[in-house]
Amino acid sequence: MTTGAFEDTPPVARTPGDDLVVAGVSKRFGGVPALTDVSLTVRAGTVHALVGENGAGKSTLGKIISGVMTPDEGSVHLGGVTLSLRSPRDALAKGIVTIAQELAIVPGLTVAENVYLGAETHRAGFVRRGEARRRFRELADRVGFRLSPDWLAGQLTTADQQKVEIMRALSRDASIVIMDEPTAALAEHETAALHAIIRSLAREGKSVILVSHFLSEVLALADEITTLRDGRVIRTVAAADATEETLIEGMLGRSLGAAFPDKTPPPAQAEVVLRVEGLVAPGVRDCSLEVHRGEIVGIAGLVGAGRSELARAVFRDVRAQRGTVHLAGANLSGRGPYHSLRRGLALIPESRKEMGLLVGRSVKENVSLSRLDLVSRFGWVSGARERRAVASLLERTTVKAASLRQPVAMLSGGNQQKILFARAVMCGPRVLIADEPTRGVDVGSKRAIYDLIVEMAREGMGVVVISSELEEVLGLAHRVLVMRQGRIVAEFTGHAMNQQAVLAAAFSETSEHQGVR
Amino acid sequence: MTATDQLETPLEDGDGGADGSMVRLLKSWRLAGIFIPFVILFVVLSIASGPFLHTANLVNILDQQASYLDIAAAGTLVLVAGGIDLSVGATYGLTTVIAGELALHGQPVLAIVVAVAAGLVVGLVNGLIVTVLRINPLIATLATSFVIAGAALKVTSGNLVVLSATSSFFKFANAQFLSIPSAVWMSAAFIAVLALLLARTTFGRHVVAAGGNAEAARLAGVRVNLIRVVTFVISGGAAGLGGVIDTSRLLSAQAGSGGSPLAFTVLAGIVVGGTSIAGGEGSVVRTAIGVLFIALIGNGFNLLGVDPLYQQIVLGLLLIAAVALDVWARRRRR
Repeated sequence: MTTGAFEDTPPVARTPGDDLVVAGVSKRFGGVPALTDVSLTVRAGTVHALVGENGAGKSTLGKIISGVMTPDEGSVHLGGVTLSLRSPRDALAKGIVTIAQELAIVPGLTVAENVYLGAETHRAGFVRRGEARRRFRELADRVGFRLSPDWLAGQLTTADQQKVEIMRALSRDASIVIMDEPTAALAEHETAALHAIIRSLAREGKSVILVSHFLSEVLALADEITTLRDGRVIRTVAAADATEETLIEGMLGRSLGAAFPDKTPPPAQAEVVLRVEGLVAPGVRDCSLEVHRGEIVGIAGLVGAGRSELARAVFRDVRAQRGTVHLAGANLSGRGPYHSLRRGLALIPESRKEMGLLVGRSVKENVSLSRLDLVSRFGWVSGARERRAVASLLERTTVKAASLRQPVAMLSGGNQQKILFARAVMCGPRVLIADEPTRGVDVGSKRAIYDLIVEMAREGMGVVVISSELEEVLGLAHRVLVMRQGRIVAEFTGHAMNQQAVLAAAFSETSEHQGVR
Repeated sequence: MTATDQLETPLEDGDGGADGSMVRLLKSWRLAGIFIPFVILFVVLSIASGPFLHTANLVNILDQQASYLDIAAAGTLVLVAGGIDLSVGATYGLTTVIAGELALHGQPVLAIVVAVAAGLVVGLVNGLIVTVLRINPLIATLATSFVIAGAALKVTSGNLVVLSATSSFFKFANAQFLSIPSAVWMSAAFIAVLALLLARTTFGRHVVAAGGNAEAARLAGVRVNLIRVVTFVISGGAAGLGGVIDTSRLLSAQAGSGGSPLAFTVLAGIVVGGTSIAGGEGSVVRTAIGVLFIALIGNGFNLLGVDPLYQQIVLGLLLIAAVALDVWARRRRR
């Protein structure tokens, strides 16, 4: 599958160092393949980029190379030696350093202490602070970062914290540096500085593995680019031979996992049930949108584009700094989730275990939680009414549970997700926001959830579907909004609504206002 | 290949241990909660000690535990909602001296009303500190307990208040009905009300949800902060009621009564009863049994003439066992 890779690559300036070879690596999570037979070679002294859609396996591959995960099959070799990494610490000792998306700094320590964390120069157990500071200055000069060694890391901006991580990686004499979305949090001039560092690392003979969503960054920095799709290597090409178009094409074209129900277009003159205007909230920048009765609106975008943040700001789970949310004419501003639900807006949150379910409690309690008032009188829960109501909701949402008393922890992911739908249906909302409605759900349950969403829309509910699976958004929605960096950057309907167009809008950094917006 | 094989094998071994029957056994033990050990201890004491089974002894235990039972029942709600209230001992001390002073000045009804109200106010303040200022409930109630204890000293200037048995205030906790003092009846009623509140009402469901997964509860429309404040108010009110009951029962009041020993004994009773310190589950009835279980140990050790020193050691070990079981049960579920 990757045979073409070696012929495609142009001769790179060989510098001293060792190639990293990934040979036939596979990894499964609970039976779901995350990586299948992945092979690639990262040449010493090059920048090697990994690109792919959300969930294509880029981060998993990075974690296997860095020893955070062990592969089920296959192996990783460095300079001809097989690596058997048991932990990130093992990887560090071999010169493999990761700069992760989630920063790993200790906020209560200074910049210099963070840089040399775990590798302090010490004498008889006492850290030699002067020595550390001197080394820090040398390092800072070399990379061109202006950071005081004595600042507390916790008080730095995210971008500066990232610099601390980068300096830590460099201080370890790494031969392989894995960067997972390194510039996502950086401002433009900082990004430029980081790019310069990445190039200088490669010049020094080190290898940089760059995981990035920004295709222009990838094209500018990388020597070679490997495209992943559904955990498989599609191809590895020289960056000189690639364009944004060919990369997107490579990421596309996965087979449809589950068929979608037929779309029933909303009535032509359906009234607006949800109107969001100029909403500004953490991670959300000036978003406006409308949802009509019976309409399914999809929100696409990369992980971190602000989709879930938008959902939670609309639901009033997080406070908006500006902007308004009107639900069927009623203003939801300034109130919390309780009021949103009462007014007829329901949210199925992105992570069902952390934000949705009481995993230790019964199916019954989880379903009725939002609308206990419907099955109680003067605060007293009527057991019989609750059982009847929940049983009919479970039937409607096709939940398979042994009994109403079964703890939801015992159910499959699909059934757990349907429990959240049952809860939402019980609220009888005018608008439902479903954030990643089928994440970690088996194919059969997926179809059942799709059917449910379509049916609810047909009954007149406005539905917003947020998903990282593009075909899910396209398969369900009448209209698709694309988010990037906290903004809604494009809107597609009808024939303009296709994978190519949506992905281009989600990835591109320049093309504003595609589609009809 | 070989390297990864070696890596994978121990992982699989660690996860696949077949101890299903053991799990089920311990789970059912936990469901039955404290009942079985309580019954065993009761039977053992009945056999080992002659005076134990006498009605006078048993009624006496209940009478002594009445205030603890009230406070622990309310504390269960706080714990289930994801909080903890360490200030109940100090609140109890404050309300005893308020009740004592007012009763001393011939205001028995006012004594009861004002003392309980003071407890409710303390609870409200605790609740607001925890939810509005977002201070960890352990620290918040530890801090307020110092303030409350100081205020209690101020009320009596540190003096002991002694009441006479002829006052009508005495009847509040000592009136006999079916040969059982009203203090016991009151605590039984209070426990029943809170037990039903937790197990059968929308409020109770919301308490469980708030403690089990606050984020999920909020997104499901539960007003988590409101629920938490209410549990603290109930806890403060229960401490007030406990203070009034004991002032009436013992005919004396002192600012330093209660304090952290009471707070910790009550907490021990709740935890021994199987309510999780992590929140999200618990039972008022099991708490009552837990409090009585600890009382039985004390009573039994007294009757059998065992050095009270061992009583503390046994209580400590018991607590560790109860919490370990809880942690273990939670981990299995994940």
